Amino acid sequence: MTTTPPAGSGTSVSTADVADYALRLGDDALVLAQRLGEWISRAPELEEDVALANIGLDLLGQARSLLGYAGSLTGRTEDELAYFRTAEDFRAAHLMSLPRGDFAVTIARMLLVAAYQRELYARLTGSADETLAGVAGKAVKEVTYHLEHARDWTVRLGDGTDESHRRTQAALDGLWPYLAELFVTDELEQRLVAAGVSVDSSSLRAGFDATVEPVLAEATLDIPQVASVAGGGRRGNPGEHLGHLLAEMQSLARQFPGATW
Amino acid sequence: MVSDAVAEEARRRGAAGRRSGALDIQREQSDVVMKADVPRIAVSGPGADQAARIAGAVVDPELPMISIADLGVLRAVDVADGSVTVTITPTYSGCPAVQAISDDIVTALRSAGHRDVTVRTQLSPAWSSDDMSAEGRRALAGAGIAPPAHRASGPIPLQLSVRCPQCGSRRTEQLTRFGSTSCKALYRCRDCAEPFDYFKVL
Repeated sequence: MTTTPPAGSGTSVSTADVADYALRLGDDALVLAQRLGEWISRAPELEEDVALANIGLDLLGQARSLLGYAGSLTGRTEDELAYFRTAEDFRAAHLMSLPRGDFAVTIARMLLVAAYQRELYARLTGSADETLAGVAGKAVKEVTYHLEHARDWTVRLGDGTDESHRRTQAALDGLWPYLAELFVTDELEQRLVAAGVSVDSSSLRAGFDATVEPVLAEATLDIPQVASVAGGGRRGNPGEHLGHLLAEMQSLARQFPGATW
Repeated sequence: MVSDAVAEEARRRGAAGRRSGALDIQREQSDVVMKADVPRIAVSGPGADQAARIAGAVVDPELPMISIADLGVLRAVDVADGSVTVTITPTYSGCPAVQAISDDIVTALRSAGHRDVTVRTQLSPAWSSDDMSAEGRRALAGAGIAPPAHRASGPIPLQLSVRCPQCGSRRTEQLTRFGSTSCKALYRCRDCAEPFDYFKVL
């Protein structure tokens, strides 16, 4: 483990910490990109098929930058990280790997994740780590588009028919317990916050609420009053769904290592 | 010689695009405020200007009417000890054209006699649709793609209506925010009824 003093910071920071932090953000993006990709050819209309694929592609691009960076710090390639880690080695929050569900679940998750990522990346542009700041500078503009898309659909579905309202409320109720994990600041993050490298996740909740609550109000949806689940995705407890997702995502690379086209 | 052919091809495509445009380009430009601070291509080393011209003439395979220099994707060309290093920036993080552009830059420079060519990708500062040149905007419009509005600089985002690249009408509507590629949205003109791509503001 070597140490690197990031520019503009008086505190040194371990590269292993930075790599693990980049993996958290990158794995969130990668896993959700895979879930969105499942909609290709199955979305409610052609335009939405294209939209979900494009949003997934943005997330995949962010994931590649972040995994590539994490790999450069630990001597691995982005492909090794994406295709040859087991579920326990992933660091994605459980919210990302939940099954895609119906369209309401996909849209509700997009709203929650995009609102979180916009707060995160807007703040991370000021990171003392130049690479993380650079990735965040691109990502914040992209996730703003995702957020607008999710907001439009949430209002349309929530304030739509009885059935679309019922499904969207059910989707929110089902996802809400998984939100808490996104806003936990653990010891690794505290070390990186002290060095000016990462954002304090717990400080993102206020901005998140200020974004999401007016959308839900306009959509005539209630803010769920539910207990949070334990989470654990950031520390090697992948939850029950990630393994299945990886089995599909990794199968080709594992059967045919080094395959190209 | 091949590099001339690449540049000539880019010019030909650009010219063809302009001719086919029904729109009065000069009038279109009059309501587009051009920013003076569009990033320039940084060059260093012997022969870097020539190498930058060759690399800059490469086109985005998804947008063959516009060179990467005009798109604002080419950032720097450095020549040292006979090696050329080209720095580009992606429009969107997941843009699949980046690999094709990198390969085409290497091919074009090798064809012009540069044996050792490296293409590196730079994320920061993030690419903006404001990085596109006036020439690039004209080429897009000429090919039927509405060029991006300039980003709002004030605190309130102001979205002006998008002008139809076919008939010039401002009576247009967005069909979907995510179009045929990451960088484009799909619009429809309510006067001429034609659908068209709009290059999104980023």
